[in-house]
Amino acid sequence: MSLSIELINVFYIVAAALFIYGLKGLGSPATAVRGNLLSAIGMFIAVVVTLFSKGIVEFEWIMVAVLVGALIGAVAAQMVAMTKMPEMVALFNGSGGLASLLVGWAALYNSGNTTFTHITILLSILIGGVTFSGSLIAWGKLAEVITSRAIVFAAQRFVNALILIAIVGCGVMFGLEPSLTSPYLYGVIALSLLFGVMVVIPIGGADMPVVISLLNSYSGLAACAAGFAINNNILIVAGSLVGAAGMILTNIMCKAMNRSLANVLFSGFGAVKTASKVEGEVKPIVAEDAFLILEAASSVTFVPGYGMAVAQAQHVVRELGELLEANGTEVTYAIHPVAGRMPGHMNVLLAEANVPYDQLVEMDDINPRIANVDVAVVIGANDVVNPAARHDENSPIYGMPIINVDYARTVFVLKRSMAAGFSGVDNPLFFGDNTRMLFGDAKTSISSVIAEFKR
Amino acid sequence: MDAVFLAFVLMLSIFLGFELISKVPATLHTPLMSGANAISGITLVGALTSAGAGSDLVATWLGAVAVAFATVNVVGGYLVTNRMLSMFKKKEAPGRVGGGS
Repeated sequence: MSLSIELINVFYIVAAALFIYGLKGLGSPATAVRGNLLSAIGMFIAVVVTLFSKGIVEFEWIMVAVLVGALIGAVAAQMVAMTKMPEMVALFNGSGGLASLLVGWAALYNSGNTTFTHITILLSILIGGVTFSGSLIAWGKLAEVITSRAIVFAAQRFVNALILIAIVGCGVMFGLEPSLTSPYLYGVIALSLLFGVMVVIPIGGADMPVVISLLNSYSGLAACAAGFAINNNILIVAGSLVGAAGMILTNIMCKAMNRSLANVLFSGFGAVKTASKVEGEVKPIVAEDAFLILEAASSVTFVPGYGMAVAQAQHVVRELGELLEANGTEVTYAIHPVAGRMPGHMNVLLAEANVPYDQLVEMDDINPRIANVDVAVVIGANDVVNPAARHDENSPIYGMPIINVDYARTVFVLKRSMAAGFSGVDNPLFFGDNTRMLFGDAKTSISSVIAEFKR
Repeated sequence: MDAVFLAFVLMLSIFLGFELISKVPATLHTPLMSGANAISGITLVGALTSAGAGSDLVATWLGAVAVAFATVNVVGGYLVTNRMLSMFKKKEAPGRVGGGS
C-alpha cells in the first residue's frame, strides 16, 4: 500500500501543527511534558507516513538503521548524567548535522536536479558539515578531551576566510559541471568539515553556552537546507523552527554577556583585556558561624554556577534550602542566564535535586529586591556575580549584567581555596565588607552547615 | 513545488519560531534545546526517502547512515527532554508525590 503525495502532505501539515503546539507547551513547566509528547507524536506521524510513500521500496536497511539509531539514542538518553547535558546536546547536534549532510549528498542521486537544487544540496552539505565537526569540537572542549581554552593563532581570520572562499570556489566549479564523483564535491565536503573545526576552536570554555545554542540553530538550518534539496515542506518548517529557537537562545546568551555574536566568535575570551587586580583582605568564616547567620536570616538566595555542577553540590544545596524553609526562611535560587555550560543548565540540575521550579528566579527578578536579601550564598559562580562588571572598565566582563549579590546584607562565597591575606584577584566581591568566604569543597562546606542545623 | 513557494514556507516558519520560542522561560532553556534538537531530527524523513528508493547503491548507503544518525537525534532527543521535564515540579503539597504535568 502506498499513499499519494497529497495525502502524505496532509499528514505533514498535522505533524507541523503538533511541533508548533509542542513548542508552545514549553512555555511553562506545567505544560512542558505534554508539549514534548505532542511534538514526539508529530514526529512519529511524519516518519510513518513517509514509510508509506511510493518512493520507498526497500526496507531492510531502513529497519537496521532505525534499530541501531533508536538503541543508541535511547540508551544515551537514559544513562546521561544531568551534569553532562551540554556534552550530550553537543553530540546530538552533531548527529543531526551529519544526517543533513548525508541527505544532501544522497539527493544528488535523484534524477532531474536543477541548478537551484544543486545549490541547496551544497548548502545542506556545508551547514551539515560545519554543524557536525563543530559540534564534535564543542563536545571535546566540554568533556575536556581537548583544551577548553580558546585556541587562537595569528592570521586565523585570514585562514578562515580562505577556507570559505575555497568552499564557494569548489561549489561554483561543481555547479558548472555537476557529477556524482566530481572532485569538487569531495572538496566541499572536506572543507565544510574543516571549517566547522576552525570556527569552534577559537571559542573558550566560558563561551560554550553561545556555541551550543548556535550549533543548535545550525542543525535546524541544515535540516531546512536538506528540505529545499529534496523539495520537502515538513523539513523546512521543522528545520526553521529549530533554527529560530537556536538563534533566540544565542541572542539571549550574548546579551547576558554584553557581547556581540561577532565578538564571541572571533575573539578568544580573556585574550582581549586584563582586569585591574584589586587588593584587600578576605574574611573567612567557618561552618558554625555560617550556620548562626543563616539561622537568623529571614531570606536567603543561593546563586549557583558551574562550580556547583563540578562539585556535585546540588543535592546538599537543596537539603540546606529545605532546612532553612522549615526554619521559616524564605529561600530562592537566583540563576544567571549564562551560569553553567549551556542555557538553563543550572535549572535542570536543581530540578533534578528536587528544588521546586517556583523557587528558581531569574536575574532580572532578583536584582531589584537583592537589598532585602539577608544572605546570598554564591556556590561555584564567579563572573556572573563579579561587581567589576559594573565599574571596572578594564575588566573583560565590563558591562555584563550580573546578579548584584554584593548589595545583599551578607554574602557567603563558597570557594575551594585562595591565597590567604592580601593577594590580587580580579573579583572585588571577595574583599567586600559584607562578604564572608567559606573555604573548601562546596559539597563538604554545605554538608557541615547542614550538620550544624541538625545538631 | 517551486522554490518561491518553499521560500514562503521558510519565511513564515522562521517568524512563527521566533514568536513561539521567545515565550519559553529561562528555566526551560535546556529542555527547549534538546527538544528542538529532537525536532531537527526531522531530517529522518529525507533520509528514509534516500535509503528506501532502491535505485543506487551509494545513495542507499548514504541514506541508511543518515537514517541511523537522525534516529539517534529523534529518539535520544525526545527521551532525554522528557526525562528532564519530568524533574521540574511545583512545590509539593505535603504527602503527595508530584507527577510530571
